[in-house]
Amino acid sequence: MITLQNINKTFRVAKRQAGFGRAVKALFSHEYEIIHALSDISFVIGDGEMVGYIGPNGAGKSTTIKIMCGILTPDSGVCEIDGRTPWKERIAHVREIGVVFGQRSQLWWDVPIIDSFELIRDIYKVDEKLFKNNLDELTELLDLAELLKTPTRSLSLGQRMRCEIAASLLHSPRILFLDEPTIGLDAVSKIAIRQFIKKLNTERGTTVILATHDMQDIEALAERILLIGKGKILLDGGLDELKKRSSEHKTLVIKYSGNAPEICEGMAQSEAKEGRLVIALDPAVLSVSDAIAHLASQTEIIDVSVSGVSAEEMVAALYKEYQI
Amino acid sequence: MRLYFKFFDMHLKSQMQYKASFFLTTLGQFLVSSTTFLGINFMFSRFNIVEDFAYEQALLCFAVILMAFSIAEMLGRGFDLFPRMISNGEFDRALARPRNIIFQVLVAKMDFTRLGRLFQAILVFIYAIPNCGIIWTWDKITTLSLMIVCGSLVFFGLFLVYAAFSFFTIEGLEFMNIFTDGGKEFGRYPFSVYGKNILRFLTFVVPLALFQYYPLLYLLDREQSAFFMFIPLIGVLFLLPSYAFFRIGLRRYISTGS
Repeated sequence: MITLQNINKTFRVAKRQAGFGRAVKALFSHEYEIIHALSDISFVIGDGEMVGYIGPNGAGKSTTIKIMCGILTPDSGVCEIDGRTPWKERIAHVREIGVVFGQRSQLWWDVPIIDSFELIRDIYKVDEKLFKNNLDELTELLDLAELLKTPTRSLSLGQRMRCEIAASLLHSPRILFLDEPTIGLDAVSKIAIRQFIKKLNTERGTTVILATHDMQDIEALAERILLIGKGKILLDGGLDELKKRSSEHKTLVIKYSGNAPEICEGMAQSEAKEGRLVIALDPAVLSVSDAIAHLASQTEIIDVSVSGVSAEEMVAALYKEYQI
Repeated sequence: MRLYFKFFDMHLKSQMQYKASFFLTTLGQFLVSSTTFLGINFMFSRFNIVEDFAYEQALLCFAVILMAFSIAEMLGRGFDLFPRMISNGEFDRALARPRNIIFQVLVAKMDFTRLGRLFQAILVFIYAIPNCGIIWTWDKITTLSLMIVCGSLVFFGLFLVYAAFSFFTIEGLEFMNIFTDGGKEFGRYPFSVYGKNILRFLTFVVPLALFQYYPLLYLLDREQSAFFMFIPLIGVLFLLPSYAFFRIGLRRYISTGS
């Protein structure tokens, strides 16, 4: 159980100005700028939840995660994770969590993966039997058997990320923080990692907090979304709920041969080319089947596709709405 | 302790991946400290005595300081590279691990190419020990060992201070090298040759003289009191303020994240 209450965090950043004269002046006196990285962040995440944490760059995602990992102390507010305050009981706390920073490695560059894993076993004092079980399970699920004897430097990014995730789970953490776990990966690796995270959450009941810019990750994994912008939590809710909230419009794409069909009330033409028509449909006025029937009566339809708002569009709309 | 050796093993394995580079760097380290040795050599070929220390006696000084420094640097290299550890986020990773933070910085880096310097120090010892005119009784051997061990610890304390500074600023840390690398370079002669004020500074502020000049007087029978034999141990106290300073820096880091 993770509880954050009115967490505030400000940073003091030295102002740098252009020009040599000012740079010299800055050696002796600094002007500081106070940046409110987080203001009044509060949320509760229950055991076994999978939460997507989204927001534009610089919104405060990493700061929140660092606070929850015990790396930073907030200026004020309460943060309690499984009954502990992370920065006060750092060592007891970090034993229960796993952290994957997508852009930083925790594996040793020049030695085989298995050596890194064994070192992690010793750092976390993982019991030999538990370690073996975890390793076997992770090896099977993430398909690592071939990779364990290879040094990190000869792995591809996707392979490495699978090893990174395994490395964070060797000590069976109850909570897993993922910061951009699929950044820069190809489609196959992304899907493999998503499936694994899903499985981890349903089978082991690990709480997962996923900070990402990849909306497909969010769509595939998160049941709940926290949106942060300019240091404030702007939204907290289910993905479907948010989609409904942002827009109910559906997009209808048809391909036809023959005459271009006329559109009727409830439809808005957003793109028209020879033989292809894209229509924004308001289902409150006109149902999807009626719309297709209406169009089919006028022309020969070759292909139809109907789609709702994608997570990507939704988030873009949200960012716009909150001006972040 | 077992974990320490595990890290030791990992670093050794990593560095042995590039054997040619390893041996060349080691050789390089050896050659660089040879120039210092030659410097002393030339100096004494013109003046037989520097501030009433003979050639072999100065060499003993040189060997002690070189050895203390290379041991400290080999094992405490993590602190030397600490600013980088902060800027690339490795330090955050260390904070997310259930182990003592100083221990983790210590094991983050070990540099075995420093063996080149250590080897040089051993060679100089092999020459200086029989030739410096000291009769090696057990108490003299103890003194010499204390000089080396406590010397490493004092250098280690300096590395700790250096690391602590990087919590506050990443720039301008070069001045710390006056005490670490500089200490090693100047320490090839007994510190008294630099005058009273420097000696005082190196006794009470940065206690490099405590494991070099004073016990050397005991070795050369210029001071008879057994107190001089154990002076290096006082130098080790330097670790206390260094450690405190590091803790202050750490607390600041955790609250600012920069």
